[in-house]
Amino acid sequence: MSTLSPTTPRPAPEAQAAPAAQPAAPAKPAPQDHLDLVVVGHVDHGKSTLIGRLLFDTNSVEEGKAERIEAACKAEGMEFEYAFLLDALLEEQAQNITMDTTRVPFRTASRVFTIIDAPGHKEFLKNMITGAASADAAVLLVDALEGLREQSRRHCFLLSLLGLRQILVAVNKMDLVDYRREVFDGIRAELGEYLSRLGVEPAHFVPISAKLGEGLLRRSARMPWYTGPALLEALGGFRSSPPATGGPLRMVVQDVYRFDTRRIVAGLVESGSVSVGDPVEFVPGGKRSRVKSIETWPELAARAQGPVGAGSSVAVTLEDELFVERGQIGSDPGDKPVEGRIFTARVFWIHKTPLRIGELIPLRIGTQRAEARVIGIHRKLDAVTLEGGSGTGGEVNVHEVAEVRLRVRRAIAFDAAGRIPALGRFVLMRDRRIGGGGVIDALVEEQAGTSEGPAASRAAILGHRGCIVWMTGLSGAGKSTLAKGLEARLLGSGVLAMVLDGDVLRTGLSKNLGFTPDDRSENIRRATELAIHLAEAGVVVIAAFISPYRADRAMAAERAKERGVPYAEVYVNAPLSVCEGRDPKQLYKKAREGRIPNFTGVDAPYEAPLAPDIEVRTDREPAHEAIERLAKLAIDLSLPDDQSDSGANI
Amino acid sequence: MRHLDELESQSIYLLREAFHGFEKPAMLWSMGKDSNVLVWLAKKAFCGHIPFPVVHIDTTYEFPEMIEFRSWAKEHYGFDLKVWVNVEARNRGIGYETTDPVTVTHELKTVALQQCLSNYGFDALITGIRRDEDATRAKERYFSPRNADFEWDYKDQPPEFWNHFTTESGPGEHVRVQPLLDWTEIDIWRYLERAKVPLPGMYFSRGGMRYRSLGCMPITKPVRSNAMSISDIIEELKVTRVSERSGRAQDHHERNAMQKLRAKGFM
Repeated sequence: MSTLSPTTPRPAPEAQAAPAAQPAAPAKPAPQDHLDLVVVGHVDHGKSTLIGRLLFDTNSVEEGKAERIEAACKAEGMEFEYAFLLDALLEEQAQNITMDTTRVPFRTASRVFTIIDAPGHKEFLKNMITGAASADAAVLLVDALEGLREQSRRHCFLLSLLGLRQILVAVNKMDLVDYRREVFDGIRAELGEYLSRLGVEPAHFVPISAKLGEGLLRRSARMPWYTGPALLEALGGFRSSPPATGGPLRMVVQDVYRFDTRRIVAGLVESGSVSVGDPVEFVPGGKRSRVKSIETWPELAARAQGPVGAGSSVAVTLEDELFVERGQIGSDPGDKPVEGRIFTARVFWIHKTPLRIGELIPLRIGTQRAEARVIGIHRKLDAVTLEGGSGTGGEVNVHEVAEVRLRVRRAIAFDAAGRIPALGRFVLMRDRRIGGGGVIDALVEEQAGTSEGPAASRAAILGHRGCIVWMTGLSGAGKSTLAKGLEARLLGSGVLAMVLDGDVLRTGLSKNLGFTPDDRSENIRRATELAIHLAEAGVVVIAAFISPYRADRAMAAERAKERGVPYAEVYVNAPLSVCEGRDPKQLYKKAREGRIPNFTGVDAPYEAPLAPDIEVRTDREPAHEAIERLAKLAIDLSLPDDQSDSGANI
Repeated sequence: MRHLDELESQSIYLLREAFHGFEKPAMLWSMGKDSNVLVWLAKKAFCGHIPFPVVHIDTTYEFPEMIEFRSWAKEHYGFDLKVWVNVEARNRGIGYETTDPVTVTHELKTVALQQCLSNYGFDALITGIRRDEDATRAKERYFSPRNADFEWDYKDQPPEFWNHFTTESGPGEHVRVQPLLDWTEIDIWRYLERAKVPLPGMYFSRGGMRYRSLGCMPITKPVRSNAMSISDIIEELKVTRVSERSGRAQDHHERNAMQKLRAKGFM
């Protein structure tokens, strides 16, 4: 083991940072006020440059870094790049883009700012959301030359959805438009109108040039027509978001600890406050007790009495031995969260696999977990026009926002996001990651169980109703392959699906039937009745039968209609030559040799459907694409009749 | 709420989520100032108990004074201490006397940690890293997945917001839980001062020198300082523009060393 030889610390470098003289280090009286700031905007509108410049101008850059970057830029024959003060990762410097959310502190005399740099590249939206969700205020950067772009609007839209209300708009690169007032006024008018439709009132519009440092610390002499505050002055006016101190108690329970004789309920106060002696009701569940003690470590000489306010982690014991568990919310008994199973919400989706109607997806709200069924995708919200898109296609794609209706199997407790934001926000999980987030707008009252009848009750249990997807086509056309693929796809989405296979039926229920036209009709009749029963039980039945006669298929459709079972016909089509070439069971071969009489396509007719709901050309369309089309059809059929929108506002 | 209270509450929330979310979490402890805040916060989060093992990756190049502190703290806090040394690498002769510091750090810290993890089967590691330590760490998540090879996929990090995190890991993977991510160096000192958290004496000035960040003996250099108390240190930090880890040789050995170390699984 070597020993330490203390070395002389290196002398303070004399060099001033490049490229301009640094302002003298301001006196730093230890500001206590903190503000988390997110910077958003279209890619290349100058976010990293702005942040780099702010760090530089407020003397917040670590010693030597500016010099190193200057040297590197010189070596590459580039101008000094402020953005490099921020960008850490190799790829970022190489590609000149910021890859992930970065948090950088800088300080002024009165306040510590933490800048959350959120990348503008569309594929990195999840990082922006990750950053912006925790911010107190936002700076939206707009390029004076380019004006508003789709991403600028999308970012504003998401900020409003995330609940951010303090927004400053900085119109950047004013140097490139000769500091002309008309350009600034034009952007202000256009963006102001857009933001007001979102219910967002930007605090300021500030003209700047981040690269040249104009309008950042003090108003720019080049823009005498602008009389508002400089960027940093304006930011000084923002309040760091005050936690909800008023309001009813909401203590989200994280865990119950029994490390010793104490039974400690640990959690986070999201709203209101908690004191010793306070009555608390734990929902869902509704058990009540009073706070016996507030536990601390190290133990205080005078035991803590509270109040412990919003934003605080807390640990309490209760007067009664209640069964309390993670997921419950300790609440003010006089003003509790609502409990329910169906609610409407606005969701934003950030996973590459779309959120699909009918699917079952893990939901997390506070510390509660539930399986949610997407029972309605009512409209997509277009970030640019703010209008509902036409036709949702039954899915919400990556980077889209939609109004949806969700149902959870067991009631959850929440408050509408408009009332207590933290209690009305949830995330949806996909592949162990957050796939999207949402804010609850309203609880949907459920109709009384008794009046619904058993079919509706079954649908409520399953989250869907039964239906029949009837596949017809030649032997070897690909019915079984598609049917099995569809079955797996639906089961994977939490839909109870089952293949009813012609070959299987003939080994049992239709064992006594042959292949004469009459026997074929009887076989289809039996299959139809069985399929209807299964569908009535709630199953999505995938019936795969050659079913060569139009009349038989028409009869099946008619019977389903009589019984109120949704029914769709799928024509699995491949030319006879292709089917015969595939011949998986050597049936064509045997038929051609005369060993199987009445074989469809050989010596018995096949009557192709005239108007199938879906036709699949299995010789042309890849199976996985066809299965997706079929899954959409099946899910649409299996959706319960949508009750009228009776979203009660809460 | 005051800023330190906010940070404390958030860290406690994260620690409790980690304890609930994983089967076998463990806490990394280097005996440094951030580590000691972490231990302190864990005691607070669990009302006096630390319900998971505390792991020290011992490079065998620790300052003797730190080893003394280690024994004292284990008794004082009463936690389950696991010390791990990459004995195999030391037997191969890997050491600062013979090998470059990046390789030594890799072998005696990263590989040692991998060995420790697979030996005990930990599925989450609670660490004391902070965003302000380094521009690469600034991009970290509170719950940051690592694959079976310890790699950090910084290009495709899971989103996390509204207090929802990645709490599941696949086979062989683990998650780094980083409750101090939002703290700055000065926040740490202010908190140490406020809560009177015990610290190794090496952080304070002796003969005009003190350590600002503590690593392995051969590659950790003191800085010139007369700071004898935490409030002296805070005053000093308010005016410095020298980065905290400037006394750590392995960070400067080559360009982007820190990013390479982290992508390979360094704390």
